[in-house]
Amino acid sequence: MRRRPGTLLLHAALVAGAALTLAPLLWMISASFMSPGEANSVPPPLLPARATIQNYRELFTRLALGRAFANSLLLSSAVTLVSLLLNGMAGYAFAKLRFTGRDRLFRALLAAMVVPTPVAMLPLFLLLRSMGLVNTYAGVILPAGATILGIFLVYQFARALPDDLLDAARLEGAGEWTIFRRIVLPLLKPVLATLGIVTFLSTWNDFLWPLVVLTGESRYTLPVALAILSGEHAQDTELMMAGSVLTVLPVLILFLALQRSYISGILIGGVKE
Amino acid sequence: MRTSRALPGEARAAFLFLAPGLSIIGLFFLLPIGASLLLSFADFDIYALADPTNVRLSGLANYGALVRDPLFWIALRNTCYFVFAGGPLTLGVALGAALLLHSRRARAKGLFRTIFFAPYVTTLVGVAVVFRYLYHPRFGLIARGLHALGIAPIDWLGDPHWAMAGIILLSIWKNFGYAMILFIAGLSNIPETLYEAARLDGASSWQIFRRITVPLLAPTFLFLGVITAIGYFQFFAEPYVMTSGGPLNATLSMGLLMYKQGFRWWNMGYAAAISFVLFLIILAVSLVQFGFAGRKDA
Repeated sequence: MRRRPGTLLLHAALVAGAALTLAPLLWMISASFMSPGEANSVPPPLLPARATIQNYRELFTRLALGRAFANSLLLSSAVTLVSLLLNGMAGYAFAKLRFTGRDRLFRALLAAMVVPTPVAMLPLFLLLRSMGLVNTYAGVILPAGATILGIFLVYQFARALPDDLLDAARLEGAGEWTIFRRIVLPLLKPVLATLGIVTFLSTWNDFLWPLVVLTGESRYTLPVALAILSGEHAQDTELMMAGSVLTVLPVLILFLALQRSYISGILIGGVKE
Repeated sequence: MRTSRALPGEARAAFLFLAPGLSIIGLFFLLPIGASLLLSFADFDIYALADPTNVRLSGLANYGALVRDPLFWIALRNTCYFVFAGGPLTLGVALGAALLLHSRRARAKGLFRTIFFAPYVTTLVGVAVVFRYLYHPRFGLIARGLHALGIAPIDWLGDPHWAMAGIILLSIWKNFGYAMILFIAGLSNIPETLYEAARLDGASSWQIFRRITVPLLAPTFLFLGVITAIGYFQFFAEPYVMTSGGPLNATLSMGLLMYKQGFRWWNMGYAAAISFVLFLIILAVSLVQFGFAGRKDA
């Protein structure tokens, strides 16, 4: 088989790009298995001389990052479940239920999307403080329980559901909740899968709001705990790399498993964290 | 349209379906936005936090103080530097990757696409910590790579001239995959027949790129330009983790300044004013997009 030089060059560029893209992540994993101090030598080693899981043991025992891991898992799951239900209901209502003022209400809601979330953050903190929700899980879950973008994604998908199907169910005397539960939800599965993975990943990765509202160490999520640890343990390269692996790897694995749903979310809604 | 005929049963159901979601958005997003505007006109500091009766409306005092605050101008300049250098570079790398992957001769496209996209889903704080070590002038992998090329080590995060470049490099690495996916989608929407016709007419690859690919990708460029700018204007975690805004405030961003003023020093009125300036800038960028999109429809 004859290869043209252009083809060869193309693949050389792709392989070089892939190597550069993966290098930080591969080095993170490799350094997390190095012995303390090993990464800080000249020239810096690429692989551990003798792999050790000591850093991970220290994360879970002395530094109690297991707790932060559990917090992240709990909050990401809770936000995902609550927002799927509420965005699903609202998106479906905007797309399929007939009521006066629907389109005007929907347009007004979409217009509010231009406001970046940090703008709401200072009064939101004061509000949650007056409700006694600072440093509680609810302080993270409640404000994220429904999003305009999530409602919009469901709305776009739900618009394509056939009205005849819903009307037929109504003629047979099915209540609106039963129709939603038995007919609509199963049909919304693809968009809910997309919204679910996008929400889970963005909640897991979120930093600014958890940093603000979760003030006690026992409530920290992984990114907050890691950012604070990295200030205190700046010299412990290997330990910090283990912490980064613990933070980054779960979302990477989840993305690899559900890649198709995630990418379709990007293509339909321009979903951006 | 059937929307005009509102049925009482459906309307009641709609109310119940919308109530929980819209209450949350109203209470935890829309209400705070309004309150934030109010807050920016108030003298709300740590004393007000302790006892709300200490709050005084202060008119434009916060905005006046902002204009006189050198830190604000530094943060604004840094943020613009980040957006206008980092944004185009991110899109440039993304377009390059998309063109490589769009080529019909490329093999294992799915694998490369996944690899290029992977950084986008990673936790920013996690990879910012990793890059802190990669940038180390003695022990960092980047210093080792540059050394192999005969380039003297750079103190990326310790040198005020290089710190922002270091943060931009991290952001390109992390974000180009997102734009790449949308560029690939845009490229595959360009009809193959256009390319064939151009080739038959003897157009060179560069001419085809310049005259067909770029113009037909314009909507993608516009969308990505705006959405990248909006995201980049709010950058916060990168300097928080990597530099704390230093050295010598070289990486202090508007987001970081707002956080420090509001949640570290509790100057919440002042911080609200910063957040509104940021919002106005982002609004202006969004309007540019609407302006362009509207002109195309006309």
